Amino acid sequence: MDVVMLSRLQFAVAVFFHFIFVPLTLGLSVLIAVMQTIYYRTGNETYKRMAKFWGKLFLINFTLGVVTGITLEFQFGTNWSRYSEYVGDIFGSLLAIEATLAFFLESTFLAVWVFGWERVSKKMHLFAIWAVAFASNLSGLWIILANGWMQNPVGYVIRNNRAELDNFFTVLSNPYAWGQFFHNLTASWMLAGFFVLGISAWHLLRRNEEDFFNRSFKLAAAFTLVLAILVAVQGHNHGNTVARLQPAKLAAMESHWETQKSAPMYLLAVPNESAEGNAIQAFGIPGVLSLLAFNDPSAEVKGLKDFPKEDRPPVLLTFLNFRLMVGLGTLFPLLAGAAFLFRNRLQDKQWLLKALPWAIPLPYLAIMAGWAVAEIGRQPWIVYGMMRTTDAVSPVPASSVAVSLLAFGAVYTLLGVLDIYLLRKYARKGPAA
Amino acid sequence: MLETIWFVLWGLLWAVYFVLDGFDFGMGTLLPFAARNEAERRTIYNAAGPFWDGNEVWLITAGGVTFAAFPKAYAVMFSALYAPLLLLLFALIFRAVSFEFRNKIDSPRWRKVWDVFQFLGNFVPALLFGVAFANLFMGIPVDGDGVYHGNLLKLLNLYGLLGGVFFVLMFSLHGALWMAIKSTGDLHDRAVALARGIWPLLLCAALAFLTATAVYTNLYVNYMKFPPLLVFPILAVASLLTTRFFIASNSVGMAWVCNAVFIVCVTFFGVFGMYPALLPSSMDPAFSVTIANGASSPLTLKIMLTVVAIFVPIVLAYQAWVYSVFTHKITDEDLEDEHAY
Ligand code: HDD
Ligand code: HEM
Ligand code: HEM
Repeated sequence: MDVVMLSRLQFAVAVFFHFIFVPLTLGLSVLIAVMQTIYYRTGNETYKRMAKFWGKLFLINFTLGVVTGITLEFQFGTNWSRYSEYVGDIFGSLLAIEATLAFFLESTFLAVWVFGWERVSKKMHLFAIWAVAFASNLSGLWIILANGWMQNPVGYVIRNNRAELDNFFTVLSNPYAWGQFFHNLTASWMLAGFFVLGISAWHLLRRNEEDFFNRSFKLAAAFTLVLAILVAVQGHNHGNTVARLQPAKLAAMESHWETQKSAPMYLLAVPNESAEGNAIQAFGIPGVLSLLAFNDPSAEVKGLKDFPKEDRPPVLLTFLNFRLMVGLGTLFPLLAGAAFLFRNRLQDKQWLLKALPWAIPLPYLAIMAGWAVAEIGRQPWIVYGMMRTTDAVSPVPASSVAVSLLAFGAVYTLLGVLDIYLLRKYARKGPAA
Repeated sequence: MLETIWFVLWGLLWAVYFVLDGFDFGMGTLLPFAARNEAERRTIYNAAGPFWDGNEVWLITAGGVTFAAFPKAYAVMFSALYAPLLLLLFALIFRAVSFEFRNKIDSPRWRKVWDVFQFLGNFVPALLFGVAFANLFMGIPVDGDGVYHGNLLKLLNLYGLLGGVFFVLMFSLHGALWMAIKSTGDLHDRAVALARGIWPLLLCAALAFLTATAVYTNLYVNYMKFPPLLVFPILAVASLLTTRFFIASNSVGMAWVCNAVFIVCVTFFGVFGMYPALLPSSMDPAFSVTIANGASSPLTLKIMLTVVAIFVPIVLAYQAWVYSVFTHKITDEDLEDEHAY
């Protein structure tokens, strides 16, 4: 493999691994803050125990988010140095602002929360967990402004052989980035909702601490349902933005080859890239692709054949991941709906209590698939329409990257196994421990 | 002008990072030597407990600011130092995980494993930072295209290793003093004894480093050109001497502060000596990345300056508050808390 391929692989491993931990941080911090607010308002000790129990799981997860984030922050320099040099003027600033505004706030107040139960006032302690929740989501905003700029570069001029900032406000108001941000935010919060539902269901099935887990379940049920709907709605909205700003990605997401008006959507399709078409396509519904992409059943949707071959993203991966995400995205509102509907008679619905723990990995899968669509669908560009991934890589020997890739693989596998082991252990132990 | 301000800020961020994470490095490095039993080991972990993550963010910020203000320096430096940087990051990963995971399974063997990682995760970064900065001071073999012509072994030259030893001792003293601040009884006494023992070694290393710098690097050229800058090396030596004075009079808090001043002065000594280069090339000065050829556009520098001018003081304020809440000595109650490390 050449250095470009190795670097892409390494970056993908590192960032996917980071994003196993981040969404739970984003959502669970909010849920814990809500629990603690109820405790603060009512003085009901159960909610304090809830904050502590879910907090312990939060912390195990959080640590891995932190350590995997740091390697990412430096990988732009180690592995994508040509890129960093070319766009650092804009991209680097967004990362630096993220650290200054969000990471300090998050890590400092998390320490106050963890170590401060007896050392700061109750009010300050409540403030600390809200600061953590706010800051983690704020960090998501800045990193996605950076990623959104790669997807849809705005507010720059090419000067001195690089992209220089021209209008900061344009960069901050990038519609692509805001679409991504809200979609990510809702997806992450929903994921945390399913996490709480799943673990609560596991204990309710065994009738452990029923009051405790019933309350946790109810708190999460409405939350998860609302968010599952918002994820799909915002996903559709964001799809419109993609159709407008990255037509090649949209065509790849749908494996849509011929430019046409009233484009149909095929429920079953199997792309065949070398033949520039679909090996199988069936159950077409006329006009639906046009409708989904542009909110107009007769709109023209550009096909892949209208893009030069060297500008097309890998179709199969983009397509499959998109199908997977949307398929799961349709399932989640139903599942969360059932949880919400039956929240008061859970013991009559054993099937639901049995199903929900198994549903915990599904939102993770959907999020991974979504990012695969966003990032693989952006290829061959590292910055859409501006810089190609092949021009971005560092002038380091392929052997160095091969060694570091192996190291990442080994270390991350080890950490992943330990993390899942500890999360399971403490989730099963319940609040009594 | 704007570029120079950013150069100074860049040095300042590294200095703050070394002062803060430095004591974590030191305590981790001393862990196998200072603690005799489980309670003492846990005291050391919890002495860093509320701080290490917030301290580490200064590294992320130093990195991020390098990226934002001097993208070319970020690009060339980190790709040139590819192997040591990744080694450093892996060490930091294991350090963080050892905090969180160590006390999660009740088994002496499990704890022992994480104690080893806590040691390595602090000792290795301390050493690597010293090696890396010494090599930066000397200049790194990069060509005009930003391509690095060296390898990991080349970094481990005499001056680089001296820098590594120097940094390890400097942070060890810092850690011993923090340990003394946060502990009582035997551990406290042992920490003070360690500080006393490390101090003469550090003094020798510091003097050797200052001398070797004249032989191996061009840093003193700036000092000859602009003698008032000599205040930094002089202040460094003076604060190191004062540190010893406070150790002798048993005021570990003041000793820690003096050692912090020492760390800041050492960092400034090196960084200002490189000015205007952030990354001197040892192949040809024309290949060096400097504030002139490596800086971001004036617009970006201005925006970032505004952000930093507003938010860094706020960060310093709330971090100072957190330090004031948690400087108390670690008690048995602290160790019994279910969230304690
Ligand atoms: C639980 C997670 C989850 C679920 C159920 C969905 N998504 Fe999603 N989706 C994501 C999680 C996600 C994500 C991981 O958060 C992505 C990756 C990049 C991004 O910004 O959000 C994403 C990306 C993403 C993109 C591409 C963005 C880009 O290329 O920049 C589109 C068009 C959609 N989504 C659309 C949808 C639709 C129509 C859904 C209908 C149900 C849907 N998503 C469900
Ligand atoms: C490739 C890009 C990314 C980089 C360079 C990056 C960088 C980092 C760094 C350095 C940390 C550690 C902070 C600390 O020590 O407190 C971190 C943690 C975090 N990151 Fe990322 N990150 C990336 C992607 C993302 C994305 C896409 C999101 C959110 C949508 C995100 C959200 C977070 C959050 C919430 C944390 C806090 C800790 C945790 O993960 O549990 N990051 N990231
Ligand atoms: C956290 C969620 C993310 C995931 C799962 C993800 C996934 C990926 C994947 C799979 C690739 C490789 C694509 C390919 O080579 O075919 C990639 C590349 C890349 N991503 Fe992301 N990404 C995420 C967030 C981000 C963010 C927030 C940024 C920037 C701030 C970013 C910047 C990059 C860069 C620079 C590359 C390398 C160049 C390239 O291959 O295009 N990513 N990412």
